[in-house]
Amino acid sequence: MIDPTMPPPPTLPTNYTAKPGHLKTSTGKTIRTEEMIINMGPQHPSTHGVLRLEIVVDGEIIVDCIPHIGYMHRCFEKHCEQMTNYQKVIAYADRMDYCSAMTNEWAFALAAEKLLKIEVPERVEYIRVIMAELQRIASHLIAVGTYGIDSGAYTPFLYAFIDREKILDLFEITCGARLLYNYIWIGGLSHDLPPNFIEQAKDFIKYFRLRIKMLNDLLTYNEIFVKRTAKVGVLPKDVAINYAVSGPQLRGSGVNWDLRRDDPYSIYHKLDWQPQIGKGEMGIVGDCWDRHIVRMREMEQSLNIIEQALAALPEGNVKAAIPKRIRPEKDAEIYVRTEASRGELGYYIISDGTASPFRVKARGPAFVNLSVLPEITRGGLIADLVLTAGSIDIVLSEVDR
Amino acid sequence: MEFIQTLLANQLIVSILLSTLPLIFINVMVLVVLYTEMKVAAHIQDRVAYMRTGWHGVLQPIADMLKLLQKEDIIPTKADKLLFRMAPFIAFIGTYVVYAVLPFSSIYIGSNINLGAFFLVAAGSFVVIGILMAGWASNNKWSLFGGIRSAAQMISYEIPTALAIVIVVMITGSLNLQDVTKFQDGGIGNWIIFGGPLPWAQKLMLMPFTLITFLILFVASIAEVNRTPFDLPEAESELVQGYNTEYSGMRFAMFYLSEYANLFTVSAVVVSLFLGGWSSPFNSFMSGPLWGIFWFVTKAYTFVLIQIWLRWTLPRLRVDQLMFVSWKVLTPWLFVCILAVGLILVI
Amino acid sequence: MTAHEIFNILKTKFGDALIETKLSAAGGSASIGYAMQMWISIAPDKIREICLFLRDDSAMQFDYLSCLSGVDYNNGTLGIVYHLTSMVYKHKIVLKTYCTKDNPHIQSVSDVWGTANWHEREVFDLFGIIIDGHPDLRRILLPDDWEGNPLRKDYKVQEFYHGIKVPY
Repeated sequence: MIDPTMPPPPTLPTNYTAKPGHLKTSTGKTIRTEEMIINMGPQHPSTHGVLRLEIVVDGEIIVDCIPHIGYMHRCFEKHCEQMTNYQKVIAYADRMDYCSAMTNEWAFALAAEKLLKIEVPERVEYIRVIMAELQRIASHLIAVGTYGIDSGAYTPFLYAFIDREKILDLFEITCGARLLYNYIWIGGLSHDLPPNFIEQAKDFIKYFRLRIKMLNDLLTYNEIFVKRTAKVGVLPKDVAINYAVSGPQLRGSGVNWDLRRDDPYSIYHKLDWQPQIGKGEMGIVGDCWDRHIVRMREMEQSLNIIEQALAALPEGNVKAAIPKRIRPEKDAEIYVRTEASRGELGYYIISDGTASPFRVKARGPAFVNLSVLPEITRGGLIADLVLTAGSIDIVLSEVDR
Repeated sequence: MEFIQTLLANQLIVSILLSTLPLIFINVMVLVVLYTEMKVAAHIQDRVAYMRTGWHGVLQPIADMLKLLQKEDIIPTKADKLLFRMAPFIAFIGTYVVYAVLPFSSIYIGSNINLGAFFLVAAGSFVVIGILMAGWASNNKWSLFGGIRSAAQMISYEIPTALAIVIVVMITGSLNLQDVTKFQDGGIGNWIIFGGPLPWAQKLMLMPFTLITFLILFVASIAEVNRTPFDLPEAESELVQGYNTEYSGMRFAMFYLSEYANLFTVSAVVVSLFLGGWSSPFNSFMSGPLWGIFWFVTKAYTFVLIQIWLRWTLPRLRVDQLMFVSWKVLTPWLFVCILAVGLILVI
Repeated sequence: MTAHEIFNILKTKFGDALIETKLSAAGGSASIGYAMQMWISIAPDKIREICLFLRDDSAMQFDYLSCLSGVDYNNGTLGIVYHLTSMVYKHKIVLKTYCTKDNPHIQSVSDVWGTANWHEREVFDLFGIIIDGHPDLRRILLPDDWEGNPLRKDYKVQEFYHGIKVPY
């Protein structure tokens, strides 16, 4: 598909042949003689995807860190405008954050339901909560496992994935897919729970409580891991709020903010659970260890939520409220936010009265959480940069959409 | 060893023969250790590995070696060609010469010099030069980081290694590793880790200090060979293989070979100094020149297994924490041990 | 505070800057969490001042910028929509500004909320709105030498990028 008559592309300027004192970073700042620009390029075993970090280092100490994103940009928002039906966006929305697809679908379905003023049956709400919490556990398992690999411990990753397999089995018997589900539709669900789901979910809960303890013993309280992550990458509370950080990263900095409680949606107010806050037990409040332990404890809380929801599951028809025709009113717009695994996932939908949305803006939590990375890595070592970037728990396809 | 010399009158041929014996041993042993590492790692991680080539994958290491042998040899354009080509071989030389002074058995030691332990530490530092050359010559900033970190780490961990060897020398009175092993002959109670063949009072007082010294020597040796938890120079998550990044094919195989040979070397040193080398733990049951090789290899292999176990369980330390451990924890404790052992031996 | 009270306070302080508002919720079975269809529209050269006031005033304390989106209204105007939240009082407000396609300039609020930095770069990248006062205005999601602003309604995909055919 390459056009042979085109002239060769101009060579982009490289920084590596200039004299010291004349080297500039991408933002235009000149570096000093002692400093070196090094590239943690798009292909790297530990940047969790295609993220390019341009680091200015003085020896091993980081002076500045400039993230470059956009390697996975697919212009999700433009595609949504071309969709001929709001339901078709669901299948596309869960490809944004593929590690946590149920929460993506739920956020969009919620936004569309509020726009169309649809009330879903209670059974649908309970099942959605169960699926979202299972998905939260699965997503945190990936985060915890890959964080172990970043710090050099290869084994917890595989243990975490054994547990994740059981969750994916639960999803598979429900909707047939393991990773990208297209399950939560606007107004309901695509399938009801199969008959063996409740038994299997209860077995999983019993099994997983012991596994959390084992993961904690292996990784979280390991002295070397604590030394690597405590007091590293500290995110102060006011910086976190100013940078609109959300999710476990915000709670790890000591801010008591959880959208399931503070901006309530669905039936979370009927269930008994607590948001987990970082308290600086091993170091300073807001360091990497705090974010890690917040994720581990959130998994336990999710187990409690799933247990209560399974016990209180009402009967009903999950497809009762699915609209035949989706035609919102003209000039209606809404912004709905939910607590996804990584933070505040928001959809801002403007409709113009036709069957396809006029504008959809997806506010991905990973995009916003990543923007605070330069602030918290300045002054640390390169080894700390890897762990800090890992503790933010980004998925590049949500950063880039 | 002497009977080989009487068999062939020519001194040169004898030397060549004796110096290729460790090479054959290294090659065979690396295949075994490679297989062990992969299988042990797999079982720690709750999975199985290597089930297809041969019964339960025993032929896999040979397949790996064949693959590495036939790969294309890529040298980056701007790399320093001479240093780039020399580096893996110098790193391997550093590992290989140490085999000259390891006492495999009561009748075999490559070179029975009176400076065995000293030679070990000195010649073993060739590896540092090799790694620095690899890091610099690759013309890659990440390799440079790996090389510099590795140089700093290995130089600073040579001090605890040398001091721990000094303690053993104080007890035995000789730097010759064969003499040290003969000193510990006679059953498990005579091993230096339990105080050595000394009267009971001295033994009891020495035992805690020799135990500490043994642990410190083991930890410092793991750091010397760049294994987790001290493998920052080749930290896969940060440096994409560190100094190894630009190497492919046979040159990469040389680095790999020297890393696994180092595993065994370090275990062998620890075993000869502290755990009786080739002497049998049961006084004269199962002892003799050929049994010596069996005991030596078995004991060293146990420590190789322990190193593999540590690698797959623990996270890795950061560079400045590494330095902290070496200079502020291991070295002061060794000074205390030297003082204590010296006092106990004099009294 | 409800949106009406916030609007009244803003009107008394910055009367002329507020262009139009939509303060009646479209209803529905929405709890306070979803009544976000009320918005206040601000003139583009006063937006930063008003945002600073909203963040610092002790009765408002809008310290959390949830979302900053660009919109192309398909009639020659572009705009930015700000969704603000207060963590202290848990109230919300929506602000809007407009600019024309011929003169797409809007003030930056990146020194009010640090998160606006990347959001405004994204708006510049995908809509072509030039953000005055932004510390580092360059493309964020698309390559630096891409032509055009994809999320505009009249965007035409370029034929070739570095010799590769773009439309498939």
